Amino acid sequence: MPDDLINSYKTGPDENGRFGIFGGRFVSETLMPLILSLEKEYEKAKTDQSFWDEMDDLWTHYVGRPSPLYFAERLTNHLGGAKVYMKRDELNHTGAHKINNVLGQIILARRMGKTRIIAETGAGQHGVATATVCAKFGLKCVVYMGAHDVERQKPNVFRMRLLGAEVVPVTSGRGTLKDAMNDALRDWVTNVRDTFYCIGTVAGPHPYPAMVRDFQSIIGKEVRWQLAEQEGEGRLPDTVIAAIGGGSNAMGLFFPFLDDPSVKIIGVEAGGKGVDQRMEHCASLTGGRPGVLHGNRTYLLQDDDGQILEGFSISAGLDYPGIGPEHAWLHDVGRAEYVSITDKEALEAFQLCCTLEGIIPALEPSHALAHVMKIAPTLPKDHIIVMNMCGRGDKDIFTVAKHLGFEIS
Amino acid sequence: MSRIDARFNELKAQKRKAFVAYVMAGDPDFDTSLELVKGLPAAGVDIIELGLPFTDPMADGPTIQLAGQRALDGGMTLDKTLGLARAFRVTDQKTPIVMMGYYNPIYSRGVDTFLEQAKEAGIDGLIVVDLPPEEDDELCIPAQKAGLNFIRLATPTTDDNRLPRVMQNTSGFVYYVSITGITGAAEAQAAVVGPEVARIKAVSDLPVIVGFGVRTPETARAVAGVADGTVVGSAIVAQIEAGKPVPEILEFVRSLADGAHAA
Repeated sequence: MPDDLINSYKTGPDENGRFGIFGGRFVSETLMPLILSLEKEYEKAKTDQSFWDEMDDLWTHYVGRPSPLYFAERLTNHLGGAKVYMKRDELNHTGAHKINNVLGQIILARRMGKTRIIAETGAGQHGVATATVCAKFGLKCVVYMGAHDVERQKPNVFRMRLLGAEVVPVTSGRGTLKDAMNDALRDWVTNVRDTFYCIGTVAGPHPYPAMVRDFQSIIGKEVRWQLAEQEGEGRLPDTVIAAIGGGSNAMGLFFPFLDDPSVKIIGVEAGGKGVDQRMEHCASLTGGRPGVLHGNRTYLLQDDDGQILEGFSISAGLDYPGIGPEHAWLHDVGRAEYVSITDKEALEAFQLCCTLEGIIPALEPSHALAHVMKIAPTLPKDHIIVMNMCGRGDKDIFTVAKHLGFEIS
Repeated sequence: MSRIDARFNELKAQKRKAFVAYVMAGDPDFDTSLELVKGLPAAGVDIIELGLPFTDPMADGPTIQLAGQRALDGGMTLDKTLGLARAFRVTDQKTPIVMMGYYNPIYSRGVDTFLEQAKEAGIDGLIVVDLPPEEDDELCIPAQKAGLNFIRLATPTTDDNRLPRVMQNTSGFVYYVSITGITGAAEAQAAVVGPEVARIKAVSDLPVIVGFGVRTPETARAVAGVADGTVVGSAIVAQIEAGKPVPEILEFVRSLADGAHAA
């Protein structure tokens, strides 16, 4: 191993899919052979220039990458401290960062000869991205979505159906994102021969956490050269901040900066009604402990008996009782800091962003923005924060209206 | 010799196929489920599979999902599941009990503590759905060291290259999953299962028991006929779900056992 890699944070996962003790391949035997062949296929694609050429072409002409790195001047002046940049991944086709990863997985699925794509979705953004790319390539698409989320994310459900996907409302368990993932896994185990499971976040059995991270890393890679372009050669952000449910937009922003010790890394979990004994939150790292679910070991919200608890958040996209295993590891080794933001704080940030910047953010990045609002005023004016504006808020206006006491539907 | 090995030796001497019955611990409540489990051996059950309830049973169909939920809603825990096994052992020292479930409740307890408690409670073997051979260091190897059988699932997707790895570090018997799918789904086909059992027997001396998709005495007979025995789960659990009294459920179990034993 070269000297400069000895202390690298970027060498994971190991050959068993572990980041420290986290990650792994905790799946039933039926899925194991497929997961091993997926790993092989991905390893092959990673070093295949034609794979990345196809990705680049689609990223440019279909998704609209690179997404802008935008200096939020009025927000910066309002907060009166650090200089705030937004990585505008909400301007991607389909309105969020999710499509970065979906494109990669669907190209792989095509290479593996799979004809049917399944996905789970919480807020619906990953479902919409998957339905979109499946429509583009003429693949059959089935999206599992918790019945509760189908209810609170109606516009996205309709979008998926317009795009030709079948949306299956999941009523098993409590009908939320984790139950949607269970049902997607049940479908996969039943239709393993022709079906590819397109996971929407940096979780699940190896190689998913690493693969999704690699596809999302385009976010941080772009930030590196875009910031240098705007702030001068070699200028790195001082702080990068992103919201975390499973953690894919955050891993995408963080990963390219893991080995730059001057860059402070902060992940923002959904604090719901507050991280306390009531457990009405989704802050797996701050309020959970290590366990095994959905193919990987990570921090989970669970009771004393190892039964999984339901997360709670105003944001359907953060409503998951676990977190990607690489985040669990970065947390334990101390490379990244993880904090939580309550529903109320996120709603305030949401409104401020609308009126100060003319950007209606999704509720997920509103959590990241709320933390920016907390720390920016305490930092010097030459401190640069880059936050990931990972999704737009069109899908959330009904939820927000309800919380603010308006009736719009 | 483990209770499981002893039971298979006995069955072999009698030239009988094994009938394995699955019930969820604590479904619909602790007392009813203990009464049912206690009645299984007399109804012809050779090995008991005791489900450990879990909130997220990814390999199970709706019937067993709901059974787990009923048990958890009734306050079932890992301790009470072990307690159920312990209570069964007071009157039955011979019938093997295999605990079947998912890894997290065990991991949460701590593997060493769990193994000690399981052994003390009279559990003989473990089937943990989300621990493939790639994760053997987690529980499989410690369990074997502690003297518990670790029973592996082999599936239609386990190809010949992989089969020896799946058979490694396993003991007691092999559980062949008859279909690609979840419990309680498609019907098992003896004609399809037969060659698969032969494929496993080519690399392992262990008895091969076939489960998933067996719900009638006829299928039990057909499937047991091409293997060393068969498992029925969802069809029995469905009787509990329907609110049938224990004697009636045991009568149904008896009909399944007769089917398997007629093979």
